[in-house]
Parts: sequence; C-alpha cells; structure tokens
Amino acid sequence: MTQLKSKGISLENLKVNFDEVHDGLNAQEAMEESNRCLYCYDAPCIQACPTGIDIPKFIKKIASGNLKGSATTIMSSNPVGATCARVCPTEELCEGACVLNHSTEPILIGDLQRFATDWAIKNEQLLFKPGQKNGKKVAVVGGGPAGLSAARELARFGYDVTIFEAEAEAGGLDTYGIVSFRLPQDISRWEVDQVEKLDVEIRTNTKVGTDVSFDELSKGYDSIVLTIGMGNVPMLGIEGEDLRGVHDAIDFVKSTKSGPITDELLGKNVVVVGAGNTAIDAATCAARKGAGDVKIVYRRTRKEMTAYEFEYDFAKQDDVDFHWLTQPIEIIGDENGQVTHLKCVKMALGEPDADGRRRPSPVEGSEFVMEVDAVIKAIGQSRYTDLIEGFGLDHEGGVVTVDPETLQTSNPKVFAAGDVIFAKGQGEAMVVTAAQQGKEAAMAIHKHLAPEPTHAYKKFNKEEHTWLT
Amino acid sequence: MADLSLNLAGIKSPNPFWLASAPPTNSGYQVQRAFEAGWGGAVWKTLGEPILNVSSRFAAVGFNGKKVAGFNNIELITDRPLEVNLKEIYETKKKFPNHAIIASLMVEPTQEKWHEIVKRVEDVGVDGLELNFGCPHGMAERGMGAASGQVPELVEKQTMWAKEVAQTPVIVKLTPNITDITFTAEAAVNGGADAVSMINTINSLAGVDIDTWDTIPNVAGKGAHGGYCGPAVKPIALNMVAECARHPKINVPISGMGGVSSWREAVEFMLMGATGVQVCTAAMHHGFSIVEDMKDGLNNYLDEKGIDSVMDLVGKSVEKYSDWGNLDLNHQIVAKINNDVCINCNKCHIACEDTSHQCIDMLKDANGNDILKVREEDCVGCNLCSIVCPVDGAIDMVEYANGKPPMTWNERQAAIGAVSSCDVDLIK
Repeated sequence: MTQLKSKGISLENLKVNFDEVHDGLNAQEAMEESNRCLYCYDAPCIQACPTGIDIPKFIKKIASGNLKGSATTIMSSNPVGATCARVCPTEELCEGACVLNHSTEPILIGDLQRFATDWAIKNEQLLFKPGQKNGKKVAVVGGGPAGLSAARELARFGYDVTIFEAEAEAGGLDTYGIVSFRLPQDISRWEVDQVEKLDVEIRTNTKVGTDVSFDELSKGYDSIVLTIGMGNVPMLGIEGEDLRGVHDAIDFVKSTKSGPITDELLGKNVVVVGAGNTAIDAATCAARKGAGDVKIVYRRTRKEMTAYEFEYDFAKQDDVDFHWLTQPIEIIGDENGQVTHLKCVKMALGEPDADGRRRPSPVEGSEFVMEVDAVIKAIGQSRYTDLIEGFGLDHEGGVVTVDPETLQTSNPKVFAAGDVIFAKGQGEAMVVTAAQQGKEAAMAIHKHLAPEPTHAYKKFNKEEHTWLT
Repeated sequence: MADLSLNLAGIKSPNPFWLASAPPTNSGYQVQRAFEAGWGGAVWKTLGEPILNVSSRFAAVGFNGKKVAGFNNIELITDRPLEVNLKEIYETKKKFPNHAIIASLMVEPTQEKWHEIVKRVEDVGVDGLELNFGCPHGMAERGMGAASGQVPELVEKQTMWAKEVAQTPVIVKLTPNITDITFTAEAAVNGGADAVSMINTINSLAGVDIDTWDTIPNVAGKGAHGGYCGPAVKPIALNMVAECARHPKINVPISGMGGVSSWREAVEFMLMGATGVQVCTAAMHHGFSIVEDMKDGLNNYLDEKGIDSVMDLVGKSVEKYSDWGNLDLNHQIVAKINNDVCINCNKCHIACEDTSHQCIDMLKDANGNDILKVREEDCVGCNLCSIVCPVDGAIDMVEYANGKPPMTWNERQAAIGAVSSCDVDLIK
C-alpha cells in the first residue's frame, strides 16, 4: 500500500479532516505504473492475494485501456475489491510478493486496483448478472464483507438470497468501521449496490433473534450463512468505565462515519487504550476531530502491537503519542460524572503466553495519573455469543466451530465466514480474508444444495487460488 | 579526447551529428540555434518550388506508455520562397563557417530545373547538395521525391544532371519504399553521386482513431499516407545502410539516418558503414540540446575503446554482415539461467513453452525454492528467453560445444552438389 500521508489537520473545518487522505493515481500515473508490470507467468502476487485476484490480468487491462474488463477481473475474484484496494495491507500481500521487490520497486498493485474500481464506481458500471434462478433460498445473516461476498456468489449461482442486516446500511466494517479518510463510505455503498442489483434482498435494521427468529430462518431457507462479525469493545474491567467521556472505539469511529463531525473533542486530551487497527483508527479520528493531545496506551511494546507499520506511521504523522508498557487501572471522574484522569501502571514483559506474545505484568509502585478529557477503549472486540447460541451452533468463546474445508458449522444447514470464525492465533483479521471465506461458504453451499454440476458449478482450488470449471 | 570531426566525400563538419532535412532545419533561426547547441551540420529543409502544407501534419506511435516509438508526418518540402531560404543559408554559413550546411533539393525531373537550382544554392556557399529522391508523400504524387527515387533510371539521370553543374559534393538521398535499395543506390553511383544518404521515411499510416474512425493524423476527417521515422525504424535503416556498405559496386560514402536517438545508434550506423549520421525525430522529441550527450557519449565511447578518430569506426562491422547461407549451421548456443539473479517472473518459461521450444522447466531446488532450468539438449539457442527476461544478467546465452566442425548452408549444398555430380570420389 502506498504510504498514507497526512495532509495536516484543520481545526477550523473538521469535516475536511475526514476526506480521503490518499488521492489515488491519475490516468497518466496508472498508465505508466501498469506498463511497468512484467505480466509474470504463474505470478506470486496472485498466490499472495487471499481472494486470488488475477493481478497481472487486471493490470494489463488497465494498460490496454480496458478499464471495465479490469474492474470485472478484480471484482469477480473479490466482491469487495474496491474496499480492499484501499485497506489491504498490500505490502504484506500482493505487493510484498511482487518479483520486482528483487530488482527495482514493486508495482503499486493496491493503487492500480483502486484506479480500476474507481473507474467502475465513477462510471456507474454494473459488472455482474444474477444466475438463472434455481429455486433455492439462502439467508445471509450480516451484510459485512463476508456476507456480501457470499451473497454475491450465491446470486450468481442462481440462489434467491436475502441478507439480514442489523444496521441501517449493509457493508459492516467497510461502511461503519474503517475510518472515512482511508475508506469513504461511498466505496462500500457501491459494493453493496453491486450485490443488491443481483436481485439480492437486503433487509436492513433487522436483527436476527429479535426482528426475525432463528426458527423463521431455519424453516424459510434452504441454507444460512452466518457472517455476523464481531461486536463492540469488551469492558476493561476497571473502575470508572461508565463515566461520561469514556467511549467504545467501534462506536466512536462509527459516529464519524454515520453522522456529522462534531467538535466536542476540540483541544481536549484523549487517551486510546490498545494498539490494534481499531485503536489507530480511533486515535487518528480523535486527532482529526481536533483533539489537542492524543495518546495511545498499550500494555505491551511496539513489537507486539497488532497495528500495521503503515498505520503506526500514519498515527505518528497525526501526532499521536505512543505510551508502551502502560496499563490503565482506573478511570477517575469529577462530581458530575465526567472523566478527568486516567490512572495507569507501568508494565514489564515476561514469558510468552498462548499466542506467542510476551505476557506483561505490572511493575510494583509504578502507578501514575494523567489528565484526560476522554478515554477510548480499543482492546479488541467482543463476540456475539448469544446470537451464535441462538442458532445452537458449537463455538469456542464466541468463535463458531466450522469444518475448515467447507465452513460448515455444527448445524449442516448453517455455514459461517468472516470474523465470526476468526480465532486468535490465525494471523490478521482482514477484509480480504472475510471476502474469500464468503466465496468459499457460497461454493460449499452450492455443492451442498446442488450436487449435480450446473452451468455455474465451479470448484475452488485452494492451492492454486483458482476456480475450476 | 577523441577526434569527432567528420569528412564525408569532402564535406567537413566538427562532429558526425547532422540534422536531417526536415522541420528542425526549416529556417536560419533554427539551424543557427542547432549549431549553437552543438550540431555538426544541417541538411536544410528541402528547397524547391514552395508548396502549401496542411494542418495537422504529425502523428506518433506510442508503445507501452512511451509516447514516440515511431513518428509519422505528412508535411511537404519548404513552404518558404527560395530567395528567403538562400538568404538565410548565406547568413548562417557566414556565422558558422566550420559547420556543414547541405542544401536538400527537389525539383521536377528536367535537366534545366536541376541545373538552375544547383547553381543558385551553390552561389550562397553551401558545403554540399543532397538530392531528395526519397520523400514518400505529397511530392511523389507530382512525380518528385520517392516517385523518381523508385526508378533507378530516373535516379541516375537526375544525379547526372545535378553533377553536370555541381561544384560541391552531391549526396543522393534514397527512399526505403523499394524492394532492394542497392538498385537505386547503384544507380546514384552510376550517375556520379559523391555519396548516398538513407533512409528517407517509410510509407505509413500512423493509426486510426477507434472512437471517431478517422485516420491519424487527419485533415478535416481525411488522411493520406505519410512518412514513418523515429526509433522504430532503426533496424530497417541499419539494414539498408549495411546492404549498401557491403555492396561491391556502391563504393561511395553513406550518410546514415533512421531512428538515431543517441550516440549508441550513431556508433551502430557508423560500424555498419555510415560516415556520420543524420537525426530528426530525436531532436523533434527533445529539442536541440540532446546533441550534447550524443557528442559526449560518443567521445567517451571512443576514448574507452582507445580509438583516436570517429572516422576509424566507419565500416568496421560490415565484413561481419553477410548472407544467411554463409552462417555456420553447426554453431550452437544455449540459454543458461542464473537463479541467484533471477526474480522468478517465469516469463522465460512461458515464452519458451508457448511460443518456442518447450525447454525451460519450473522446478524446486533442494531447499524448496522456485528455480528455472534449461534443458540444454532441447534448447535451440533462439534468444527468446533472454529477450523477455526483465533482469540484466539473469539469462546468459552461452556457447555449447557440440564438437561439430563449422559448416554453412552454402558449403553443405556445395558438398551435396559435388557428391551428386560425382565430383567426389566416394570409393577410395
């Protein structure tokens, strides 16, 4: 991914701080960059893409001026390819695998992918058609990247697909969770629209278990895809979490995407707890809302943080201060219930724990207090355990148990994909992985429900990352 | 510092880089700017009866994002009165007495027209004449340029007419729009030419606009063929120069042109028999200042090779250029892939597999790393893999000692012929 470059933060007009920071390539740059691609045979970038996009092919199509073909190549393999062009950690995926790393500079694959998909968005292209209806119905629970991906593929196979989405709009993390200055909402909306136009019904503001019963789904559909993602940030488990000024990072970022940019943090001291992708998003959102001082406190060190290097660099550009080996132990408020201070303790790293990271423990007598106006919690996401249990599915701590090949759950009718099956120690939870799992779940359902090969029947070859006809 | 000065059939210039007769040499202002920038000579844009031009006139052919791989024009000879050009030639020569100014000429194919123009331009002090028998578009429809240059008799006769009155060396500029350029080159020599120059531009249509379906370039929706030049034509020009240089009856100096973009192509043309080069497209693409690197690069090249004078390059590779029948059939080279340099793009594999001789395998080494390996016994030494390889030094074409003695096709056929006519005593 091209380094995100902060354009400086305006305190007069906070809204502009949430405009996309990276401009993308202009036509000339895209032409030059696409012509630099070697068009490798058996290209390692394809192997490195979790969705197996035929990257040399889409780049060649940019070079030849076939932008519709290029966007179709991308979106065919990745139903959220426009989002991934912006949010994928490309230096760890396609660009990291580019053979030109060994001779000159890798191709800017993410930027080229964005160029092609931006063209499709701008020119209001509809890239796919629904398959011939096969009379079978599938319910997709959760309209995030995994759900959209599954729905898109199922619709192309000819299924009657309904997405049940709790929020006002589908798109999940792409619509609500990734900061606007990296991923404007319009991109996610276009991807939702592409799926909806394949005759997929999207029932928004509809909570399964509340607005629709599990039974209803089970009886009314031939198969169910569970792509509910993860929930809000869990409690820190310390005093003062209910004070005014204490925020959940997921809600905090969401507020910057779904409402007007407000100025309540202007000039304020903000502390973000945690150092993952969401913590960086929350910290940079706070900085862009005009906070006077933004600190990230993390109980481990930079080495153990789960945020990407480019995210760390981006936060540094927004003047976010990182305080390593620091654990909050109490949030202190005034008589009006407003947060005023955060009490922390310094930590030291000990032996590695279950996930291989060194376990931190408090340093005795190192407690200290800092002045804060807001505390944003970003220590991970909770699981929708109730919902999973509502479906009666086996799970481990809210992570649904699936057959790794078919993504089938303990209920043969239910398949699961995305963050809901993402367990600790499985690497990074990425949009692109969710998209791929959505495809795989759709394929497994297709095999399950339509064992006879149809015109749309294809087998996904995991090793080769290709679809076999 | 090597001696870059040139002597082509008696025309001297401080270096071998001349601007070709073309838009860059349209006026005294331009030629003087060129000489100030360092060009050694200029062939003035063709003089004759002033013509009318059209708009637009030029088009380029790009490739993989590069704008000017080839260049196409439908501009004609000078559109300015002869007197104006002659006055400016006189002034320019006076300011730059050591630079070569050659007048390019094109008139109707009659003896008196040639006599008249030769006298008039020589009166203003040109160093030589270049008879334009090459321009392929427009003028050819009126029986001039390439139209007369495609008929050896007309080339010979008109050269003779010019030579009847010329006091300065006469260069005959040849068209490539002919099956075998040595026929017209020989005709020029027979007519008394002091030198030949080649190539003029190649008949061309630069393109068709796939949205409007108009030709490129077009004039109010209509097009006509133009003349093609620029980097893309170099191999065609180089071959024509070489064919003339190795022809026993074409024993006059050759001024080479066609795709010379830097000192490198100049060296190639001179090695293949050109006495100096003419340049146009590169100057039109980048301006006159590119001559600085042409001279500097050439000088450094000569110094590095220990060559005192650029004239010593002329024709050094000509004897290496022959007929296919004289190539050694038993010589064998094979590709060798250096996996430590290779970046594993696999372009060599797929090029060989799909379009050549299926002899490059994608394998794993002992450590499980991807490697590419040539099956030498199946490699025909075609060079394709090394051509498509994007990394210098990843593929070497190396000699394969097969132990066979050299034998050319001609030798082989002669041997077979000798056997069948029983010239050889088969039984001793």
